[in-house]
Amino acid sequence: MELLAETNHNETFVLNLGPQHPATHGVLRIKLTMDGEYITRAEPVCGYIHRMHEKMGENRSYAKFLPNTGRIDYLSAMHYTHAFVGAVERAMRIEMPRRAEFIRVITSELNRISSHLVWLGAFLLDLGGFTPLLYAFDDREKILDLLEAITGARLTYCYYRIGGLCNDVDDAFIKGAREFVAHMRPRLKMYRELVTENIILRKRLVGIGPISAEMCRKYGATGPVIRGSGVAYDVRRAEPYSVYPELDFEIPVFPEGDSMARYLVRMEELKQSLGIIEQALDKLPDGPVMAQVPRVVKPPAGDYCYAVEAARGRFMVRIVSDGGEIPYRVKLRSPSFSNLSLFEEASRGMMLPDALALLGSLDLVIPDIDR
Amino acid sequence: MTPTLDQLQAAFGRLLSAAEPPADGTARVVDYTAKGYHFDATVAPQQVVEAARLLDQIGFALDAITGVDWIAQNEMEVVYDFFHPSANLRVVVRTRIPREKPEVPTISEVFPGANWHERETHDFFGIRFSGHPDLSPLLLPEDADYHPLRKDFAA
Repeated sequence: MELLAETNHNETFVLNLGPQHPATHGVLRIKLTMDGEYITRAEPVCGYIHRMHEKMGENRSYAKFLPNTGRIDYLSAMHYTHAFVGAVERAMRIEMPRRAEFIRVITSELNRISSHLVWLGAFLLDLGGFTPLLYAFDDREKILDLLEAITGARLTYCYYRIGGLCNDVDDAFIKGAREFVAHMRPRLKMYRELVTENIILRKRLVGIGPISAEMCRKYGATGPVIRGSGVAYDVRRAEPYSVYPELDFEIPVFPEGDSMARYLVRMEELKQSLGIIEQALDKLPDGPVMAQVPRVVKPPAGDYCYAVEAARGRFMVRIVSDGGEIPYRVKLRSPSFSNLSLFEEASRGMMLPDALALLGSLDLVIPDIDR
Repeated sequence: MTPTLDQLQAAFGRLLSAAEPPADGTARVVDYTAKGYHFDATVAPQQVVEAARLLDQIGFALDAITGVDWIAQNEMEVVYDFFHPSANLRVVVRTRIPREKPEVPTISEVFPGANWHERETHDFFGIRFSGHPDLSPLLLPEDADYHPLRKDFAA
């Protein structure tokens, strides 16, 4: 009697990952064509949470569209609102008060840390490690409390306004931010000992999911993805904005291009962000936090771009004005969209669990892809 | 190799003068602080692939592709954004096409990342990218036959 059934070795099957699956962090579906355990084609299917933000931008005034921008990448709201107000300020030629710029840097970097902590927890959860999530969310909670006190929101901040900020920071915030920096430094050492040097993690990440610098360029991948492929591209340096040129920080780069390199970039960025916050707190000048802004915002006709380094990479807003109160066109260039677009090429031939590690290392936020 | 604005100006100058049939394109350096990009080029629709290839050869990365519906002029504009990973330069390439027959060649052969950006632009504007491998809806529902960012779109 034949024990093994005759199999056709050229046979493939289709496996659906998502749209409801914990590893996709939201409603992303990936249609996988599998040859046994190996992926022959991975086709992301997007749009499950598409909200047409760009159309909403065309039927309300600039100020009324601002809260939308904090809801595209909900983990990185400070950066996204920054890009939008930045584009309008550029178009209106508004001179920003220096105090507001420094507070923007402080709150943006706090937001970057909280975003990276969510990534850290969720990514390790994907890989089967539950404990780090509890530590990461404990630290993140301190940032959310700090930002809630000055912005009124814990996640979808709308703190930046065209020409400044809606609210000045108080002494309690400055004291709290300094305490957080002091608290976080030893925690980074703890994360390194608990997670980074863990042999199970390294076996899941080292050499897995290589992405070359050339692939990043062809797909427009940015943020920790391109920096994990050895390219020191960071919008804060490439297109300096706000008061970043006055602050001293390094761009962490790891040349390996594997999932571990992307992991290490983000862990190193946590440290750099703490340094930026500390410097900005030291240099924080007195003065107003709001510029003189016309009651009705009517940018002169033309198009204006403003890019920021969000937690996931380059986020750019392009506004096209016809001289009216309502934008003629708002284009939102989001990092997760470009970073995911290389997944099909990068995951070809990988084993499924390794592809999930690669997916997690891209740090996707699905509403940021679908907009 | 890090390109400079002078090189860009010269390269786009050659590209524009070689347009066949001749077209009135422009290429100029713009004030970054005022606009948010360094270089702005307008090319004929049939030249977008050449322009993309030119930028690819000097190391530019694809930033985004999108459209603008200029309904009053009865035209659609396709806007290609590029950034350079090391030279800190931002380049915009644009082209205009008639609204009745909005069609440009795809640049996804040059930049594979353009595939999704062009699909999205097709979703929103109904601009056809000839030669594109798959223009099925990316963000809109799979049976969508409308283009919401057209100015005459009514829900």
